[in-house]
Amino acid sequence: MTTIFGVPVQGLSGQLLLGLINGSFYALLSLGLAIIFGLLNVINFCHGALYMAGAFVAWFLLQYLGLGYWWALALAPALVAIFGVVIERTMLRRLYRLDPLYGLLFTFGLGLIIQGLFRNRFGSSGEPYAIPAALTGGRNLGFMFLPNYRAWVIIFSMILCFLCWYVTERTRFGSYLRAATENPVLVQAFGINVPLMITLTYALGVGLAAVAGVMAAPIYRVNPLMGSDLIIVVFAVVVIGGMGSILGSIVTGFGLGVIEGLTKVFYPEASSTVIFVIMAIVLMIRPAGLFGRAQ
Amino acid sequence: MSAPGVSGPVVEQGPAATPPPVAAAPQHFSQLVPMLAMVVLLALAPLVVYPVFLMKALCFALFACAFNLLIGYAGLLSFGHALFFGAAAYATAHAAAAWGLPFEVSVLFGTAVAAVLGLVVGLLAIRRQGIYFAMITLALAQMFYFFCLRAPFTGGENGVQGVPRGQVLGFISLDGTLAMYFTVLAIFLGGFFLTHRIVHSPFGQVLKGIRENEPRAISLGYKVDQYKLIAFVLSATLSGVAGGTKSIVFQLASLTDVHWNLSGEVILMVLLGGLGTVFGPVVGAFVVVSLDHYLAQFGGWVTVVEGFIFVLCVLTFRRGIVGELARALHRPL
Repeated sequence: MTTIFGVPVQGLSGQLLLGLINGSFYALLSLGLAIIFGLLNVINFCHGALYMAGAFVAWFLLQYLGLGYWWALALAPALVAIFGVVIERTMLRRLYRLDPLYGLLFTFGLGLIIQGLFRNRFGSSGEPYAIPAALTGGRNLGFMFLPNYRAWVIIFSMILCFLCWYVTERTRFGSYLRAATENPVLVQAFGINVPLMITLTYALGVGLAAVAGVMAAPIYRVNPLMGSDLIIVVFAVVVIGGMGSILGSIVTGFGLGVIEGLTKVFYPEASSTVIFVIMAIVLMIRPAGLFGRAQ
Repeated sequence: MSAPGVSGPVVEQGPAATPPPVAAAPQHFSQLVPMLAMVVLLALAPLVVYPVFLMKALCFALFACAFNLLIGYAGLLSFGHALFFGAAAYATAHAAAAWGLPFEVSVLFGTAVAAVLGLVVGLLAIRRQGIYFAMITLALAQMFYFFCLRAPFTGGENGVQGVPRGQVLGFISLDGTLAMYFTVLAIFLGGFFLTHRIVHSPFGQVLKGIRENEPRAISLGYKVDQYKLIAFVLSATLSGVAGGTKSIVFQLASLTDVHWNLSGEVILMVLLGGLGTVFGPVVGAFVVVSLDHYLAQFGGWVTVVEGFIFVLCVLTFRRGIVGELARALHRPL
């Protein structure tokens, strides 16, 4: 068997693949956080809970309505986004005039409620969710076996990330969005409905979290606690990347996923902490984050 | 919606400069009566309330006071304070159980560990402000949680059990519940009056100034980062006292002491009691610990109820219990 640095290629590429998968989730979640933060000035602490909710909606759809993965991929984000719209319109909206820390505390409480309700109903062991028929199996790449579903997750999240980047950087809506991030009052004075844009942005951000949840469902078990630890890692990713640029969140997300995967191969003891260590180093060298602008 | 004018302290911003919380001139006298009342009440409490419950509440009340020092007066929201509480709990438990050190030395050792960690985390975290500060402290605390999960001396999922209580002052055995209770009460009161003293010192006034308007404090020549760092280390140290005492009282240090859940709970205590008030953290700690106690039988509902309280506090009740009371009575509490 071929080896690199004394590690079998199969193990290495397997962990790299897993790193890329985790990286896709980091990227999608930190992208959502960055978009929401840009316009709302709120760190959406319930992002992890909504990611979990996305996975559970997929499971409900299959269990009670017989609607499979592809339906879930469309419906779950829509339902979670509608929930987000309700939250934003009825409650979150009242907090914009206050210090952003109140938004953080509010969404933290909301996350506790969502996670607690699911946990009461489903316990913490989780429910399995089958890989859709079209994506079962895999292909042999010669040096490793690539399961089709995992390839799909990586490719689809890259497409989604690209779409988000394209919408914000290359479309009219995106230019309004970026302008409103800079100066909402002025943009509103030009006759653009900023409150509506804020609502849509929040819906988009949480929708992305739900998409990530649906994609994660067949890989991990659908579990009420699946979001709570993930979101803390995503916060570290956000601190490392800085929330200044969309592209920055994507690159940092995938990059850190890969680094975490590599750590699992070379120094497994540190795999759960490596991202936090990188965060500490980045804070010492470049406090504003790799892609952030100094305030 | 928040009423204009006197606002929940700390974190309300806006073009209209917020008046200082509820602080008026003759503070020391107006708080003397409630303070004496609190001391008497706590001294008599074990006659009617289960002392172990009271000790738990007192440990968390001290933890909340330490946390309030940071958020209520320096305006820094740490989302990782369980790190200091838990680190001190583990260090104290280890010192007492493995090294057989006496009670006072063990707690002091735990406190010192918390102080050192406070310095390290503080140095990193004060490099960013606001929301980033919260995320950084949360992430570093999570890193410490994973460290505790694997480190050999923490006992993993089991924690450090059977920590001996030992003796206080070398001759009073702490195995008696009342002796333990009054020791904890003395520690709590010491910490409580220390925070009170810090807050009302010139140092505390500068902290409030930084909270209200950081650029102005800088332009007046204050080394803002140093003030923030000292406040952070003080808060971490006092959290350490609370954590160390807790591990002696319950003879246990476990992973729940370092989990982010606890960091969230201490925020809830201070928020519910009243940010930046003297008695708020104590009231908040007693309410949250009672909630935990009575809701424990309903399993996971504790999290849901805590979440609802968070949401309610932020949306409608930003001054907290004591803050509202102080407003109604027109006196700082």
